[in-house]
Amino acid sequence: MGLAKRIIPCLDVTDGRVVKGINFLELRDAGDPVEVAKRYDEQGADELTFLDITASSDNRGLILHIIEQVASQVFIPLTVGGGVREVEDVRRLLNAGADKVSINTTAVLNPQMVADASSRFGSQCIVVAIDAKKVDNQPYQWEVFTHGGRKATGLDAVEWAKKMVALGAGELLITSMDRDGTKIGFNNPLNRAISDAVAVPIIASGGVGNLQHLVDGVKEGGADAVLAASIFHYGEYTVKQAKQYMAQHGIEVRL
Amino acid sequence: MKKIDIAVVDYGMGNLRSVSKALEHVAPTKTVLVTSDPEQLLKAERVVFPGQGAMPDCMRELDARGLREAVLFAAKNKPFLGICIGLQMLFEHSEEGNAAGLGLFKGEVKRFALADMHLSNGDKLKVPHMGWNQVYQSAINGLEQHALWQGIDDGARFYYVHSYYVQPADASLTAGFSEYPNRFTSAISNNNLFAVQFHPEKSASAGLQLLSNFVDWQP
Repeated sequence: MGLAKRIIPCLDVTDGRVVKGINFLELRDAGDPVEVAKRYDEQGADELTFLDITASSDNRGLILHIIEQVASQVFIPLTVGGGVREVEDVRRLLNAGADKVSINTTAVLNPQMVADASSRFGSQCIVVAIDAKKVDNQPYQWEVFTHGGRKATGLDAVEWAKKMVALGAGELLITSMDRDGTKIGFNNPLNRAISDAVAVPIIASGGVGNLQHLVDGVKEGGADAVLAASIFHYGEYTVKQAKQYMAQHGIEVRL
Repeated sequence: MKKIDIAVVDYGMGNLRSVSKALEHVAPTKTVLVTSDPEQLLKAERVVFPGQGAMPDCMRELDARGLREAVLFAAKNKPFLGICIGLQMLFEHSEEGNAAGLGLFKGEVKRFALADMHLSNGDKLKVPHMGWNQVYQSAINGLEQHALWQGIDDGARFYYVHSYYVQPADASLTAGFSEYPNRFTSAISNNNLFAVQFHPEKSASAGLQLLSNFVDWQP
């Protein structure tokens, strides 16, 4: 027996409140990040990812307060992404209690920031998020997009992944923009291509609709961790059910 | 002067908040102080020596704050818990940046060799070793179970994130081991000292149990 594959619920947070993940009917306050985080911890989540989708820059600081609160009461790794633009943003999030910080659009606009943050804080806490889309009529199959999938970059996702690892990313979060929200499963060929090309762990994201998709993400896509939002948030499955299903299908998990 | 129950050594490398919060969580009546003052380490009843980042940087920052002697004194005389790089720094030398450690124990800190990172089924293991792996407890000095493993199942999973591991010259130091894919030492014990490669402060109930055991430990 060895290292377990990880299940990571992802919570969208805006203005200090959880906006997805509100289906814990028995919770006193299902928008409270601490309550939701505690519940996932109890279910056996291996890590938690908070995605800050706050639109107004005035309220961006609220995520720091949330992370401080969660980190004081929930003792599993916490990753925070969304709106990370400068090395100073990384420092603030780590000091608030984040274990890893996920960098997305800024990595494309300013790759040096990934290198700077990694050399200052260690690659173990730098996750680069890659949003990729299948493209035709290009020498490559998948292209990197930014700004929530709206802007094409002209970058080959697999080459980009290798570059990010060379600059100091300790982990990659791969989201298929074609699959996100579809519930038809991860883009396993994309994930496999990146997983085989880099030495660091990859997290598969985008498209999970059922528990078999998680199994396929590991077995076919080569994912080291699987991230999901809606299947957990809307109470379709608990994290524990997901782990039991994966274990039944020969995948090592922490039960 | 207020009594310091637990001092967490702060040498400016990364965030120690998780460690101190987890200690406060398991020991709400104890005073937990995050400090870079050698005097405070000497006064504290017990000392936690965490670490993250690269070992050469950690050693440099430790010395820049004049903490070397106080850490060595604590490691020899007080209940002492090393975590992650705080375990690695206790050894003589690391392959990471060809750095000298504190040399309290003979042995080498080695990188997971990419050539070894293949399973028989063809799967490739990733470096860093990141996530939850099983920790197998070693019998120490004929005791059934070390005090810090009490209440923790043999083979329980703890959270790891590292690319280097310790290889003690004295095999009897090993208090626990994991496999990735080869067996490596993931915990050591020596009299008043216990040190682990994984992160108990991020290892949910198993990790909190280990921290709670440390707070109550009377070596």
